[in-house]
Amino acid sequence: MTTFSLFRSMLRIRRIEEAIAERYGAQEMRCPVHLSIGQEAVAVGVCAALQPQDGVFGGHRAHAHYLAKGGDLTAMLAEIYGLENGCCRGVGGSMHIIDLAAGFLGAVPIVGATIPLAVGAAWAAKLRNEDKVIVVFFGDGTFEEGVVHESINFAVLHRLPVLFVCENNLYACYTRLSERQPDRPIHAIAAAHGCRIFTAEGDDVEAVHAASRMAVADLRAGGAPVFLECSTYRWREHCGPNQDDHLGYRPSGELAKWESTCPVSRLASTLSSSPEGARLVAAAEAEIAGEIASAFAAALASPVPQPADLPGYLYA
Amino acid sequence: MPEIERRITQAEAIREALAQAMEEDERVIVIGEGVPDPKGIFGTTTGLQQRFGKARVFDSPLSENGITGICVGAAISGMRPVMVHQRIDFALLAMDQIVNNAAKWHYMFAGQVKVPLVIRVIIGRGWGPGPQHAQSLQALFAHIPGLKVVMPTSGYDAKGMLLAAIRDDNPVIFIEHRWLQDIADHVPEAPYIVPLDQALICRPGQHVTLAAFSYMTVEARLAAEALAEHGIEVEVVDARSVRPLDMSTIVESVRRTGTLIVADTAWKTGGIAGEVIAGVAETAFSALKRPPLRICLPDIPAPTSPHLTRGYYPDALYLARAIAAHLGRSIPDAELADRLFRTTPHDVPQREFRGPF
Repeated sequence: MTTFSLFRSMLRIRRIEEAIAERYGAQEMRCPVHLSIGQEAVAVGVCAALQPQDGVFGGHRAHAHYLAKGGDLTAMLAEIYGLENGCCRGVGGSMHIIDLAAGFLGAVPIVGATIPLAVGAAWAAKLRNEDKVIVVFFGDGTFEEGVVHESINFAVLHRLPVLFVCENNLYACYTRLSERQPDRPIHAIAAAHGCRIFTAEGDDVEAVHAASRMAVADLRAGGAPVFLECSTYRWREHCGPNQDDHLGYRPSGELAKWESTCPVSRLASTLSSSPEGARLVAAAEAEIAGEIASAFAAALASPVPQPADLPGYLYA
Repeated sequence: MPEIERRITQAEAIREALAQAMEEDERVIVIGEGVPDPKGIFGTTTGLQQRFGKARVFDSPLSENGITGICVGAAISGMRPVMVHQRIDFALLAMDQIVNNAAKWHYMFAGQVKVPLVIRVIIGRGWGPGPQHAQSLQALFAHIPGLKVVMPTSGYDAKGMLLAAIRDDNPVIFIEHRWLQDIADHVPEAPYIVPLDQALICRPGQHVTLAAFSYMTVEARLAAEALAEHGIEVEVVDARSVRPLDMSTIVESVRRTGTLIVADTAWKTGGIAGEVIAGVAETAFSALKRPPLRICLPDIPAPTSPHLTRGYYPDALYLARAIAAHLGRSIPDAELADRLFRTTPHDVPQREFRGPF
């Protein structure tokens, strides 16, 4: 994966999330949204190391993971709008997204809920001798859930091909990490469970990608489960389209510091240092803007789902 | 040639069902705390690991929620896991994964993914399991759309319903009663299916419908036999499934008898017995000649001491007295007691009942 491809994937996610935020005020997306702005590099760096047959699970803030794994944009937007062509036909909304064809195996908002599912999917892959790596993304808060430790224990015990990606963005809603966990690295606990550990600056997509490639290669070779911890930062409010720094739950200047190391704009600057690079970046912006406009139009052209269909979804 | 009647215990029937399911489908795997250990979950999993290997028959870390989620993950990835909790009380640790994921994964992704998962849970009574090892929590699970919940009584049904549950593409909570596992029954050797949504009229009668769940069916049948000697014909309906409840069989029975009594293994408040009565009241209110009656546990947790459990669990004598009183029939109590008073201790299974069902 070239640096430009990594950049383009991040830029696309950033612009999609911004477009969602811009349109959210129209009150037509009638579900909670948790935007990935600021955290694009982790999703992109990890997913760029995967093959199509590999599987990815996410949590409540999963747009970036879904898109980075190749999830269908129009289906995601239609889902957020609650329409029939949505990836869950309107049953799920932003917090429940899935694209099986792309290997995005599902995201749900119960914190930690998909971690054992990822381990179970990796267990099934091992039992069936499939060449498949399973990735699960989660935050620092998730690491406080007991089920995470139960799952990692089982994964290490059975040496399953699973990559745990902890996006440590320092906050669980409005509560800082230091209020919730003692002062020790999260990955040290995973190391004690027997995982192989990688860490990366989560605003450096190439660093995340390099670590992920090594991790995935290890897993394909039958190595122990890998735990990758990435430092990162959520720019917008926990839930919704707006800024919330004025609420004062984060130290003054902290957001500005992370914005100054923006994974997208930093790489845009680097790439634009040559005239050819600048042309490519501008072209990417234009292409992505066109794709987003088309995807919103296509999503909004979807029929509305019918309540009469709901009972049919309950049992297989 | 009729098949020579083969009688095995319910525990053996369950083990046979597991073995046959694993033979017929390599996607079936069995996991649980103690599955391969020398006790083999009361004999229901003994020998399976030796026969099918460590890749398909697992012991489990003491991680109920995590392992349930791992089984959901395996199920949505094409496996058909059967997990087992020696006591239903431990499944409470897994309620997040059962309720939030197993029950909803098919629904919340609009039918794109199936969750073929069986969770065996064992309930019981007597010999001091006490407040945290003897709860009957079927109503808790039955409340959740997306789950199927069954409670077979006979060994025949246990085998057929377990095979049906394993072949089913939905999460099934399979509730076994410890006091039923040692009862021998006619169980054919060849694999067969018993549907997961049908009650069984196991004794016809014209005077009163007695809908019973799990082990209470045993007590109900003993009570019915005793009452028959006094001219009261009790129709005993073994509910067998809890979600979906087979209300049509129960309603049809009530239309014939005009009286409904429900005997459940669980507490009264918020229980499935009330659900049965509500269903009959909604659809066949005019068929009821008298108020319905629930026979359940008192609304307090099970105590441990045999001195304290005396009278806690309704038995056949209790049922017979209650039914006669409810019908306004006076039967000399000595005659019922003579027939039904337990000569064995009350905290071990009824030796009076040996099957067949």
